[in-house]
Amino acid sequence: MNRSSLALLAAALLIAGLAPLAFPFLQFVLTIALAKGFAALGVALLLRAGLISLGHAMFYAVGAYAAAFLAKSLGFTDMMGLIVAATIVSGLCGLLVGLFLVRYRAIFFAMLNLAVSMVVFALLSKLYGLTGGTDGMAVAVPTLFGLTLTKEGSDTVLFYLALVLAAGLGLVVHRYLKSPLGHALSAVHSNEVRLEYLGVSAASTLLTAYTISATLAGLGGAIAALSIGHVLPEFAFWTQSGQLVLTAVLGGISGIAGPFLGAAFLEGVHTLAVGTVADAWNLIVGAVLLVVIFFLPRGLFGLIEKIAGRKTQAGETEL
Amino acid sequence: MTKPLLRAENLEISFGGIRAANGVSLEIGEGEFVAIIGPNGSGKTTFLNLCTGYIRPTRGKVWLGDMEITRMAPRAIARRGIARAFQIPQLFADHSVLDNVMLAIAARRGIWDALNPLDRPDYRREAGELLDLLDLGAHADTIAGTLPEGLRKLADVTVAMALDPKLLLLDEPTSGVSALERFPLMDTLMKAMRTRGITALFVEHDMDIVENYADRVIVWEAGKVMAEGKPADVMKDPRVLENVVGVA
Repeated sequence: MNRSSLALLAAALLIAGLAPLAFPFLQFVLTIALAKGFAALGVALLLRAGLISLGHAMFYAVGAYAAAFLAKSLGFTDMMGLIVAATIVSGLCGLLVGLFLVRYRAIFFAMLNLAVSMVVFALLSKLYGLTGGTDGMAVAVPTLFGLTLTKEGSDTVLFYLALVLAAGLGLVVHRYLKSPLGHALSAVHSNEVRLEYLGVSAASTLLTAYTISATLAGLGGAIAALSIGHVLPEFAFWTQSGQLVLTAVLGGISGIAGPFLGAAFLEGVHTLAVGTVADAWNLIVGAVLLVVIFFLPRGLFGLIEKIAGRKTQAGETEL
Repeated sequence: MTKPLLRAENLEISFGGIRAANGVSLEIGEGEFVAIIGPNGSGKTTFLNLCTGYIRPTRGKVWLGDMEITRMAPRAIARRGIARAFQIPQLFADHSVLDNVMLAIAARRGIWDALNPLDRPDYRREAGELLDLLDLGAHADTIAGTLPEGLRKLADVTVAMALDPKLLLLDEPTSGVSALERFPLMDTLMKAMRTRGITALFVEHDMDIVENYADRVIVWEAGKVMAEGKPADVMKDPRVLENVVGVA
């Protein structure tokens, strides 16, 4: 990573970290943006392989429900532990579902993801005794290494933890995309036949990416569950999955920061629109997406690249 | 012939009513540069597909050295030493030529590396040497999909050679290349393969290319080997002159 990328990253983290001090309402908005940013980053990984998942909200929901179950059923309330455990559960679910789905491409991959996610949604809605049905489940305020926190204290810790995780895991994903395995992932989109003739299994390459993708989505779900304090079956609904794809495309998939930018932008627009023109929220988002598709093919991240005057080679991954 | 590197025994496969391989048996010796010629649709490319696991024969076996590879997947066969360049070059079109070659090097050395960059000094050096050997050094940073056909053919072979194969299969290396470029392209390929000591089997239509570059030629007709031998001898065979040269 070059110096200008590091400077941009540091500036973005500083602005995001300081913003809630000036505007406290932004803390919740940015926490949810970070949570959705993780999930959108997972979707963006698959988009690099040319695969659109229309069901990734299921892993977001798995992460959220895993945190809720662990807290409610096992009495496990540590924030760090809940996030780690819920993330692992999502990753394992991703591995399991991925074993079946990575054999499919194009519309079949998209629709099968959608189908599995709707099964998850139906189970969360119907198994009332276990999941609380359409009422969902409450998530208690977590503790931190044995310390009892107030809701406000917990939210503040969670926000800064999510911010640090976004920076840290963003760098890890960046390294992955620059690695041979990351290049193999985009090679699946470019020429799967050649990849196989190089001795590389496209299915294994995709399964790795799918598992990482589900893990990131689950991490986002766990953060959202702890921040909102309640989980609902709607977390797994197909419109949520569509929104994750929208977020990734809006933010741009050529850089790790893109999905987080997209999530922050959408959450910001959502907050403003709901407060002013609530009925026009979807209209505004649709119009914004049209503008991005026609004028910013590399998303908001591409716009920032343009403004910064940086030229990146095709296929190159920057932060 | 030297010790057999590739051995096909009684291969059979049909597509509908057409027998693309009808009891084919042949051997390619180590260090040989063997050409397959024959009319369109006679089963030449099918034979390459059978050797690389892209399709599986209904009968017969394929051996690489002492190892049977008949039922293996293309990636498993590639790992065991058979690389392939295609009639239509198969490159990662939106990656640079250098990245294409470095990814092939990484595939050979171990793709399961998720934290170190693909672009590292030893990969870059090895890829650079190979690109220079195939006269592609000046195009290392060019996006592969933007190369002209002749250079894309060379880049495709370079990617295959980066796997350091025991046997290289070339499917019509000069097709789609202008008449003026064919011999320089073959000269470059031959120089590279002899430098690396690679055994090669190539499918070709151009009789001049076959006569000038092949150690041995195998003539294909309706899924069968009609004749084989040194190019000069085979070209005198009346059956070859009548059935193949006239229509090839």
